[in-house]
Amino acid sequence: MTPGQRRWFFLIAAAGLVACYLWAFAGLPGFGDYPGPYGQEVLRQAVRQTHATGVVSAVNFEYRGFDTVGEEFILFAAAAGMSVVLRRLRQERESEPAGEAANQAGGAATPATSSAMRVPALLMVGPTALIGWWLASHAQTDPSGGFQGGVILASAFILIYLSGEFLAFRRLSPVALLDAVEAVGAAGFAAIGLAALVMNLPYLDNYLPLGQFPGAVSSSGTIALISFFVGLEVAAAFVLIVGEFLSQTLLRRRSA
Amino acid sequence: MGIFPFLVVAWIVVVGLYGIVTSRDLINQIMCLIVVQSSTYVLLLGVGYVTGGAAPYFSDIPLRTKAVDPVVQALALTDVVVEAAVTALLLSFAIQAYKRFGTLDPHELAEFKG
Repeated sequence: MTPGQRRWFFLIAAAGLVACYLWAFAGLPGFGDYPGPYGQEVLRQAVRQTHATGVVSAVNFEYRGFDTVGEEFILFAAAAGMSVVLRRLRQERESEPAGEAANQAGGAATPATSSAMRVPALLMVGPTALIGWWLASHAQTDPSGGFQGGVILASAFILIYLSGEFLAFRRLSPVALLDAVEAVGAAGFAAIGLAALVMNLPYLDNYLPLGQFPGAVSSSGTIALISFFVGLEVAAAFVLIVGEFLSQTLLRRRSA
Repeated sequence: MGIFPFLVVAWIVVVGLYGIVTSRDLINQIMCLIVVQSSTYVLLLGVGYVTGGAAPYFSDIPLRTKAVDPVVQALALTDVVVEAAVTALLLSFAIQAYKRFGTLDPHELAEFKG
């Protein structure tokens, strides 16, 4: 099939798809008057029941906590799957980053990172890590949580790489340590849920003291704790994933 | 106004699909898949919107304030995480395909076997 024919086939099919979409949308409640009773009920009950003022976090880590365990393990499985897919092949070897310049003497040598890049990137590392940590530990009060915080925490490590310090990136994020942190994060979430079973409560039931004041950082019981473990898991998973891609640039074919 | 946000959803899906069908590069194709998936964020947030509703965070507004649906927002968060995981995995497949066959063109890759 030529690309032109493909395009025509697609356009005909897309016209049908759009027609079905319009048909479906015509049956939806209009934008702005969603009648879903479940969300409104959660809004009425969540703050009183969980002492978390961030209702989205309350849904994620309490009402739909079981789904979120699955979600976290999707990320866990993706990071594991990547290391399997990107494993070192037989004919590949890893070149020393230090010897890179010598390797490429014939071709285009990698220019050193300019200080215009290096200085801002290094300056951003501290604040980025702080924001990530803050987000991961404030799921119960503000629009934040372990998933968002974990990604930003991971980007602090990636900034170190951006500043041209691949060796520092490797040294600060050894794979064995990341694997351990990721496992602790994932297992911590599951263990909090299992602890409820030991106490004869439903899985992931909120058994910790809820705190006196809704909206205090120390409030909301297991929600805050779960969010923190999710933050660990997500940060480690993302540093692993990015590190996996970065180390691909160090692989050289033996024949080449 | 009523149906406009949903038309945006349909537009994003179709544009993304067009990209997937016509793309000649795996990385580009993966980006187009991300575009298709991002339509679900617009759909979820559009479905859960309540006219005049505040964000469902009550740390600085009174408890009885009208707010948008928190459940679809939590679903959108799940969606983002799954997308990141899927993208990472697909990109690593693209890297291996390039190593094995020396091309990222899906039409050429279709001619290889094994």
